[in-house]
Amino acid sequence: MNDVVISVHDLTKRFGTFTAVNRICFDVFRGEIFGFLGANGAGKTTAMRMLCGLSYPSSGHGTVAGFDVRTEGEQIKRHIGYMSQRFSLYNDLTVWENMNLFAGIYGLSKRETEARSLRLLDRLDFSAEKGTLVGSLPLGWKQKLSFAIATIHRPEVVFLDEPTGGVDPVTRRQFWEMIYEAADHGTTIFVTTHYMDEAEYCSRVSIMVDGEIRALDTPTRLKEQFAAQSMDEVFRLLARGAKRGE
Amino acid sequence: MRAFIVLLKKEFLQIRRNSFLPRLIILFPIVIMLVMPLVMTMDVRNVNVAVVDLDRSTTSRRILSHIGASEYFTLVYTTEDFHRAMDRLEKGTADVIVQIPENFERRMETDFPEPVQITANAVNATKGSMGMQYLVQSIARTLSELRDEKHPVVTSELITVQNRFNPTLNYRHYMIPALMIMLFLLICGFIPALSIVGEKECGTIEQINVTPVGRMTFTLAKLIPYWMIGLFVLTVAMLVARLVYGLVPAGSIATIYLGSMLFVLTISGFSLTVANFSDTMQQTMFVMFFFVMIFMLMSGLLTPIDSMPEWAQNLTLVLPPRYFVEILRAVYLKGTTLAELGVSFVALGIFAVLFNTLAAVTYKKQA
Amino acid sequence: MKNNFLSFVKKESLHILRDNRTMLIVMLIPVVLMILFGFAISTEVNNIRIAAVAPDRTDGVRDAVARIAQNDYFSFYGYIGNDRIDQKLRSGEVNAVVVFAPDYDRRMAQVAAGVPSPPVIQLILDASNVNTAGAATAYLQNILLGSASQQALFETRMLFNPQMKSAFNFVPGIMGLIFILVCAMMTSVSIVREKEAGTMEVLLVSPVRPVKIILAKMIPYFVISCIVLVMILFLAYYLLEVPMSGGVAGIFSLSLLYLLLSLALGLFVSTIARTQVAALLISAMVLMLPILMLSGLLFPIENLPKFFQIISNIVPARWYIDAIRKMMIQGAPLLEVWVNGTVLFGMTVVLLGVSFKKFNDKLE
Repeated sequence: MNDVVISVHDLTKRFGTFTAVNRICFDVFRGEIFGFLGANGAGKTTAMRMLCGLSYPSSGHGTVAGFDVRTEGEQIKRHIGYMSQRFSLYNDLTVWENMNLFAGIYGLSKRETEARSLRLLDRLDFSAEKGTLVGSLPLGWKQKLSFAIATIHRPEVVFLDEPTGGVDPVTRRQFWEMIYEAADHGTTIFVTTHYMDEAEYCSRVSIMVDGEIRALDTPTRLKEQFAAQSMDEVFRLLARGAKRGE
Repeated sequence: MRAFIVLLKKEFLQIRRNSFLPRLIILFPIVIMLVMPLVMTMDVRNVNVAVVDLDRSTTSRRILSHIGASEYFTLVYTTEDFHRAMDRLEKGTADVIVQIPENFERRMETDFPEPVQITANAVNATKGSMGMQYLVQSIARTLSELRDEKHPVVTSELITVQNRFNPTLNYRHYMIPALMIMLFLLICGFIPALSIVGEKECGTIEQINVTPVGRMTFTLAKLIPYWMIGLFVLTVAMLVARLVYGLVPAGSIATIYLGSMLFVLTISGFSLTVANFSDTMQQTMFVMFFFVMIFMLMSGLLTPIDSMPEWAQNLTLVLPPRYFVEILRAVYLKGTTLAELGVSFVALGIFAVLFNTLAAVTYKKQA
Repeated sequence: MKNNFLSFVKKESLHILRDNRTMLIVMLIPVVLMILFGFAISTEVNNIRIAAVAPDRTDGVRDAVARIAQNDYFSFYGYIGNDRIDQKLRSGEVNAVVVFAPDYDRRMAQVAAGVPSPPVIQLILDASNVNTAGAATAYLQNILLGSASQQALFETRMLFNPQMKSAFNFVPGIMGLIFILVCAMMTSVSIVREKEAGTMEVLLVSPVRPVKIILAKMIPYFVISCIVLVMILFLAYYLLEVPMSGGVAGIFSLSLLYLLLSLALGLFVSTIARTQVAALLISAMVLMLPILMLSGLLFPIENLPKFFQIISNIVPARWYIDAIRKMMIQGAPLLEVWVNGTVLFGMTVVLLGVSFKKFNDKLE
């Protein structure tokens, strides 16, 4: 478990005088499901965007898959998958075309693309929807498809930004099964969520308040530390002091 | 390379699947090429003339009948009361009033002839002045004809006129290259910008930004379909020009395509640069509209650059369409060669490189 | 209820004001157009480049060339060889070539003495530019042969626009175009954007009546247009010296009616279009293009083929531009353009009625 995939020290992002992310530090290990929790506006998405090479840090440093987030953003992108909180596959392309597009972007050969896409369709039970326009799928299906496509090139780390927002409990359950399966294969999962029951599924959880990390440990130990019954209680104890609202 | 191919394929799929674009690409050039030449005539014709004939002589009747017979004028009203004619002018049913004074015929032979008064509505300056010019010429010709009949002396045509490149002075031939340029500006200017901003608005561009796809690759894959569409549109427009207006390029077709490629490159690069700086479609549309408007007005497309004051002429030097207007008109109508247009081609080439580099540089994957 | 309405208006205004760039462009477009049309472009043909071909540069030839060089319309390029004519025209270095006959002086003397002569001058023109060629022929013939006595036979007057400014003709056209752009295009896009983003539903479930929501959307654009209108009138009067002799009050009130009509058009487009791109394209194709081609802005309506002249009657800008031209330049009072006013008013009422009905139908 000593194989560090993400390592972050004093990472900070300022927009003008506003400090969105304030000197956060943590390590994430290979095969972990790392829960990244926080209220709205706590700075989760900003931190994640820096790790994905979408945004430059103002100060501090971090590495993802061994590459520097400030200078080697493009190398990082070869080794990660990303699923944003907005659904962002092409609505006017079919399921199959979206799969082919993203597999091709990551440089998979034509034969490899085909094989993996077929396997994914099969596992998702989507074979009948191969030629359906993505825009006409129900939300839960879209989210599962997004995840499948984010992992089609077998990245080392997958970043998931509130992947289950607005999804029904059954589909959420299925979604987490997919996450577990990926983690079992050695993929590191970095996930933000609002659902505290989902936090319980994570290997380790960090809780962000006002741009800072206030707690970081396994869910069990966090509950002990704060003498709480559930993660929900832990979260509320920490978030109570938050200055930033929505 | 593989990434580039799948991205290119994606663009084509998206264009094809759009309910509007394919129809636009095919119908727009045809409609524009069929309708616009009928509409765009700045030719001064159909000048409505009212005549106030106070002389009522053979001379005045001859003048009247010549005006009536001319293809430039329509004789709409004859009266002996100037105020009535003026009334027509104010209402807009007459454009010019010709007043032939009393005893005009008699005094013409003397040293102090009474002048013919011509009053033009100059609200439209061009029509006013050109109409006036033509009218003066026409009446002068009538008068000299009459003089010749009375005192047969020598007047042979001392000047012959040869209209090169467009012997029938067909205004449509002059406007057709301009229309092709307008098509390029509309199709290769607006659509690529809207397509990029569309991806921004629905978040798909962010999904691309977290992949290792390089900005050159993405930009090129975005542009190439529009280059091809641009050349397709040109081909359609050239066919319409050939079949409907009988206009065949006087110069080399290869030169036309070369110039068009450079121009399409320039304009689509410009369009992407605008898109990179915009967040919403409304914004993109307005910024593009602003520039396309300046391009159309200032690049010699509709009005001659030579007639502009010096500061404006200098300004046109930084407008890429200016060079292409020059190239396309010269090659299409006069058969000018690539070598003779070297400067314009080089200028256009520089703009093409400039705007496309700008488009790639200003496309930021990481903020 | 009234407060609700005001808060909606405020929300819309904030939306618009926050997008500095669009605001800047909206304000800039009329100013730039006025400057370009007023000072930069002119449909008149000027600076025609003339070259001369003369085997013998005799006194007569020199005299003729001097007359050309002095004329304001021409600039004299120089003498060229007979073999260079084609190349100079093709490259565009010159627009016309005047070729003098070898024994020009002798023959002109003959003509003066009453002996017939074959042509002594040949004009070779680059007719690819039809307007330049036509103007050059007319001017050159006058200069080369025109006698002073002929000019005395005519007395010419240019009414309404004695300095022959093309801007006079364009200002009303610019107004017709700008308001469609600001009111119709911007309103339709902003309504459709809310539809696309789903925020329209949020507004519609609020207790404010749908009509009020739409009105709230239109008011800020109406205000912006009014500012633009004042700006244009100001520039036209002080910068371009357009006379406005028909009375500013009349021009202003007719323009307000046209603004309303443009807003109604925008609303109508928004009821048809489902996406922003569609709204933009419909506005561009159905509203802008006809204005450019069929409203008399650039091309006189009487030059159009009959069919298009009839079609032009349903283009609102045509009625507006025509009326403004009469009021601004010819000094017609508002009463004299009552037909145009009535037509515009009728169009506004019909469009508003249809749009509100369509909008309400969709809700049910």
